[in-house]
Amino acid sequence: MTIEIRSAPHIKGARTVDQIMRHVVWSLVPICTFYVYQYGLSALASLVVVTASCLASERFFVRQGGQSGDIGDFSAVITGLLLALSIPPGFPLWMGAVAGFMAIALGKALFGGIGFNVFNPALIGRAFVQAAFPQAIATYTPSFLPGRFTELIPSSMAIPLMRPEPVVEWLKAKQFDVLAGATPLAKWKFDGVLANADELLTSLSGHMAVGPSPALILLCGAYLALRRYMDWRIPTAILGSAGLTAWLLFALSPDRFPNPFFMLFSGGLILGAVYMATDMATSPVTPKGMWVYGALIGLLTVIIRYYSGLPEGVMYAILLGNAATPLIEKITQPTPFGRSALATLGRARKGASYPLHPGYISREDAGAVTPKKRFLPNKPKAQERDKSS
Amino acid sequence: MKLLSYFRGEAFQRGVHPPSCKLTADTRIRRLPFPPKVVVPLSQHIGKVPRAIVRVGQEVVRGEPIARADDWLSVPHHAPVTGVVEFIGLRPGVRGPWVESIVIRAHPGATQQDLWGQPRDLTDASGSDILQAIWDTGMVGLGGAAFPTHAKLTVPKQAKVHTLVVNGCECEPYLTCDHRVMVEQADDLIVGIRYAMRTTGAVRAIVGIEDNKPDALVAIQAAIGRAGSVPEGEIHAELVPTKYPQGSEKMLIMALFGVEIPAGGLPVSLGMVVNNVGTLAALGKLLPAGRGLTERVVTITGPGVAKPGDYIVPLGTPLRFVLDYAGAPGADARQVILGGPMMGQAAASLDVPITKGMSGVLVMLGTDLAQREQIKTYPCIKCAECVESCPMGLNPSQLGMLAAKREYDLMGSHYHLGECFECGCCTYVCPSNIPLVQQFRVAKQILREKAIAK
Repeated sequence: MTIEIRSAPHIKGARTVDQIMRHVVWSLVPICTFYVYQYGLSALASLVVVTASCLASERFFVRQGGQSGDIGDFSAVITGLLLALSIPPGFPLWMGAVAGFMAIALGKALFGGIGFNVFNPALIGRAFVQAAFPQAIATYTPSFLPGRFTELIPSSMAIPLMRPEPVVEWLKAKQFDVLAGATPLAKWKFDGVLANADELLTSLSGHMAVGPSPALILLCGAYLALRRYMDWRIPTAILGSAGLTAWLLFALSPDRFPNPFFMLFSGGLILGAVYMATDMATSPVTPKGMWVYGALIGLLTVIIRYYSGLPEGVMYAILLGNAATPLIEKITQPTPFGRSALATLGRARKGASYPLHPGYISREDAGAVTPKKRFLPNKPKAQERDKSS
Repeated sequence: MKLLSYFRGEAFQRGVHPPSCKLTADTRIRRLPFPPKVVVPLSQHIGKVPRAIVRVGQEVVRGEPIARADDWLSVPHHAPVTGVVEFIGLRPGVRGPWVESIVIRAHPGATQQDLWGQPRDLTDASGSDILQAIWDTGMVGLGGAAFPTHAKLTVPKQAKVHTLVVNGCECEPYLTCDHRVMVEQADDLIVGIRYAMRTTGAVRAIVGIEDNKPDALVAIQAAIGRAGSVPEGEIHAELVPTKYPQGSEKMLIMALFGVEIPAGGLPVSLGMVVNNVGTLAALGKLLPAGRGLTERVVTITGPGVAKPGDYIVPLGTPLRFVLDYAGAPGADARQVILGGPMMGQAAASLDVPITKGMSGVLVMLGTDLAQREQIKTYPCIKCAECVESCPMGLNPSQLGMLAAKREYDLMGSHYHLGECFECGCCTYVCPSNIPLVQQFRVAKQILREKAIAK
């Protein structure tokens, strides 16, 4: 009988990287379905093309050897789906493919693959196309258009490297005005028109140019958080801090700023808070750090949305948060057991089964005999003490 | 703080819940026959190695002292079997290197009765007398650390102990020896607790039991009832939440009293002494009989054992004999672990003997190992699972990345590596399958060597 020597622990928990990533993908399925229901064929094509582009790039870089991990770990699928959800449904497919390649190449492979990336790859891809194709990424179309399951939005099939066909004519033919294609955030920013929070929450009413329902995203996020595939602190901190900042500004001048509910449920804040900012590799590992990170992203989002030329600020806020992560981790290292204020004061946690000292030894008595070893590392030596005196 | 742990009312933050796999929780303790030969290593505990006081060819009686402790932090050994000393010299040791051992050939017809002991009355003995008696039994912590019990029960001069904490958590999966001892030897345990209270001057003893062993609580409470009011003080038994590593003394004190032992401190700084139930139950049996420690209860279990159970095993019984008796299937068993699966050590050879600190023998099958080998290893994805499970509140993710870069000094100075007690929670939960605690062991060893070199 041969026996093997290994070092403890000899058993292993069930959770693996594949499993975590697979669960995130599953939780994205209802959201993607809703997105396809909103925008029809174009949305489906966009999801498929961007994800395929991400997977192909991942495969290329893994095979080429510059990157850790492999295609079977589902992380590239998440990147692809999130990227597709964050760009307009009628975004030209070839640009989507470029975005997917850039996401993996610049966001992931450059840093060394899964686990090493500093920025969320999906957002890197989106930031690239935002800079490269500013017009296309700002062109939204109304949701729930008639005939969306039979025809593509004309801009989707743009020929590579050519200017995409403008959708205005196409919309006019469907009796929609130009403003119908603007997102609620853009409408507020440029025209001062405010959408209702309850309409935004479900995304179901009218032909709003919005992404999948924030309520649905929150539900899917809640599933992930309950199964502990995602940390609940980050979305809570982001939404809390964004809501609080927006509410403060709203309280200061209600006619200049929208109400905080509009802030929370418009644009990509919910998707960003639940799925993008919680990307494990780019968010802090320390519990305290997660709160700081979330609060920073929430604050930055509101500031960018209110004071910059852009209608949407979630992407830059999260990328800045990612960049700050190592710094945040550094200042929020967890306190080891026995070094907390509780331990050094010798106070007991409330609700403990037993008092620290048995009843009939008085506290003073017990305290008097409890030895305390005191090490004074910087205790001055005898000669130095003499000198100073 | 994990939200769910908070709602479950768990006492210490973090930790893990591995599947308990206590296959032998309802099986009575059985006795193993004498092996033809026993091997008693001289060093079975923390501290100095005792000196052999027998010669080759000498006949020994079960329970007769065969090695004497000259140093305070050392204990004597007693012959586990009646027989003839056959050899004194190097034999395969538990930790790998061969160690100085005494080999005794057992008389085939010898009884398992202890012939050496002299019953004595300790009812009026003083604390120091009891302490001497404990030293003479050769008792060490039977929970696994094997720290000499008399040293643990000695209260430093300027300190005062008011509470004896009795550790009956047994948080390691698979192991049930403490559980069975609590159920079957509860009266011995109470006697042992009373001796320990007299030596330390404690006026209160609390037995902490994980709440997956309610029958142990019932048995101990019944025994407390039978003992009535004892002159030493009050004895309580208390359930604590089931969670690994609840059996660490710091975590147990946190669960019972809600205090953190300050970093670098011992329980005695809070006026407490912690002892394992197995140790105290054995003391309760040995002290009145005036005998030495010659056998212990060992859990023999795991998927690779045909007759898993808790066995009373004479110390020094070779592993091969124990496993043959318990019916380990030879061909497919691929790993033999001494201790529990979370912190136990893999045996290098089946010739090593059962020693005083060995609480379990766990046999894993090749199929279990093959399953583990299939798990892919990824770079750290910073999922923070390890940070959420480290009972000492360290940052294993950061430590792991530093260890990969061999920044051992930084790990020790800024990331509190010294607090790590190698419970293995971080490696257990790591989805990237990174051997975190293994790296920390290496780092700690290197830091220790550096400190010695200075």
